[in-house]
Amino acid sequence: MTFGALLGADVVRVATSIAFTVMALAAALTLWRLVRGPTVPDRVAALDLLTIFVVGAMVTSAIHYESPVLLQPAVALALLGFLGTVAFAKYVLRRFFSS
Amino acid sequence: MTALREWLTVALLLLGSGLMLLAAVAIVRFPDLYARMQASTKASTLGIACLALAAAVHFGSLAVSVRAGAIVIFVFLTAPVAAHVLGHAAHVIGVPLWDGTLFDDLRRDSMAPAENLGEDREDTDHSSPTR
Repeated sequence: MTFGALLGADVVRVATSIAFTVMALAAALTLWRLVRGPTVPDRVAALDLLTIFVVGAMVTSAIHYESPVLLQPAVALALLGFLGTVAFAKYVLRRFFSS
Repeated sequence: MTALREWLTVALLLLGSGLMLLAAVAIVRFPDLYARMQASTKASTLGIACLALAAAVHFGSLAVSVRAGAIVIFVFLTAPVAAHVLGHAAHVIGVPLWDGTLFDDLRRDSMAPAENLGEDREDTDHSSPTR
């Protein structure tokens, strides 16, 4: 009998719920920078951070729902976020040099 | 053993999500793009590492550990490169620096004549602000 069973609830599930809440708050803050951001690179940095938050939420939900299958889209999204950021950086440079 | 694994998972989950929140606070509160990017990239990379390690500890199987390790390796390889590419592009198109910035080495190097690059590096003192 673990200490978590003494609490009457699964401790890991409580921790994943707290982690979901904290990451939702962090995503809301980042969304504010995405909307407000004075320049285009600000918005791209916010979008990159949001992608990393989504990867973290996928890993957390894999723990919460006890299904390791959810880790596979997290691996794919970790690569796609990098490609998106590099593509946006190239777009920013090209738009600057063509005008 | 099971209790130890549970509490280790809980600690890693809370640490990882706390680092994520730290990254979000950094990207909202810091004064210019470069400070925001250097703080948020590092904090979120470490947060992803903690969360993936939590998954590896929680499931405790080889397949999950390999996938968690793949996530950590991908993020640790790509996040600094993406931040460098985006920061360099922002510097080229002239995103303004914070008013309290003391020196801008990239601007000095890109403005210098090409034949002087690599030579006379001893006169590059940081005591004189370029801005």
